[in-house]
Amino acid sequence: MDRLRNGGLNPYIAGGLTGVLGVLSVWIAGKFIGASTSFARGAHGILNLFSAEHASGLQYFEKYFFKAGDWQLFFLIGIIAGALVSALLSRSFRWQAVPDMWRARFGASIGKRAVVAILGGAIAVFGARMAGGCPSGHGLSGIMQLSVSGFIALIMFFVGGIIVAHLIYAGGERKLTPPAGSETPGGEQ
Amino acid sequence: MTILYGLVTGFIFGILLQQGRVIRYDKQVGLLRLKDFTIIKFMFSAVLIGMIGIYLLLGLGLIELSVKTTVLGMVIIGGLIFGIGWALLGYCPGTQLGALGEGRWDAIWGIIGMLIGGMIFAEVYTPLKNSVGTWGDFGKITLPAVIGISPWIVIVILLVLGVLLFWWLERRGL
Repeated sequence: MDRLRNGGLNPYIAGGLTGVLGVLSVWIAGKFIGASTSFARGAHGILNLFSAEHASGLQYFEKYFFKAGDWQLFFLIGIIAGALVSALLSRSFRWQAVPDMWRARFGASIGKRAVVAILGGAIAVFGARMAGGCPSGHGLSGIMQLSVSGFIALIMFFVGGIIVAHLIYAGGERKLTPPAGSETPGGEQ
Repeated sequence: MTILYGLVTGFIFGILLQQGRVIRYDKQVGLLRLKDFTIIKFMFSAVLIGMIGIYLLLGLGLIELSVKTTVLGMVIIGGLIFGIGWALLGYCPGTQLGALGEGRWDAIWGIIGMLIGGMIFAEVYTPLKNSVGTWGDFGKITLPAVIGISPWIVIVILLVLGVLLFWWLERRGL
């Protein structure tokens, strides 16, 4: 049913295989999956270009500094490549500036989407670094280890996210939305 | 070798995320609006399988855990802040890269925002650590250690709860 609805792999199977991948990564490479640390390291790399003196004065960057050969950096590059190949092979690649759901509520303006997305990204990483991880590091890797911080973090991610998503989409879509089941009209064959 | 492991793991993760259709804005915000539970199915399947594997390998002495510290102030407030940003952006740090790979190029705004967020966090880290960072510091704790039972009991309970949730979601057609 999910295959028919989304044109993808059953999410239980894709998820289960992701669990196996996460375990193998720990076993073979000794690395737990995570993503948000790289944005702190990347921030250090950029700040270092403009003011190395200022960057070296920040305590946080003593631990999370830019590392060109970092496992997680290449893990993230791998995600882009894997999703690209998978999307092209399954003909679900779609060059899109504004997501369908966003457009139905807020219109097709790229600028409006950009401002909110940049703001959202900045807030999200601030929170993730404060909490010590994101849905990958806390949600997947943390809970796999039965870490208390992982469970609390995931619950709080959802509490914050559900409240704000309901606030910004209060009143529903302005225009007609595509019926459930054709989430990307014309996109997927 | 580290780079290659990272690249290959990420590549496979990217394929699974894309095939699971969990990286799109509509799926992420669809979940936060409680309309689409694909991500829950994906994520909970991953952790339920993952916890069995992790504790199996741990029991065999083949791996070590890498548990993140539980500082209630930081995890609760930081988690809430993350959720707010997540709903505004509609991607999380890892999945937005997959979204970019699928051609959803608004993920670039997320990447720019996250680099800015990393800088802002580094600026305020020290005072934050010395205040909120001291509220409820329990160290690196796991659920079975806190309760004082075998991790396998916790895993079996979570497996049962997970399967019940999946069954309920499917029955409701969600």
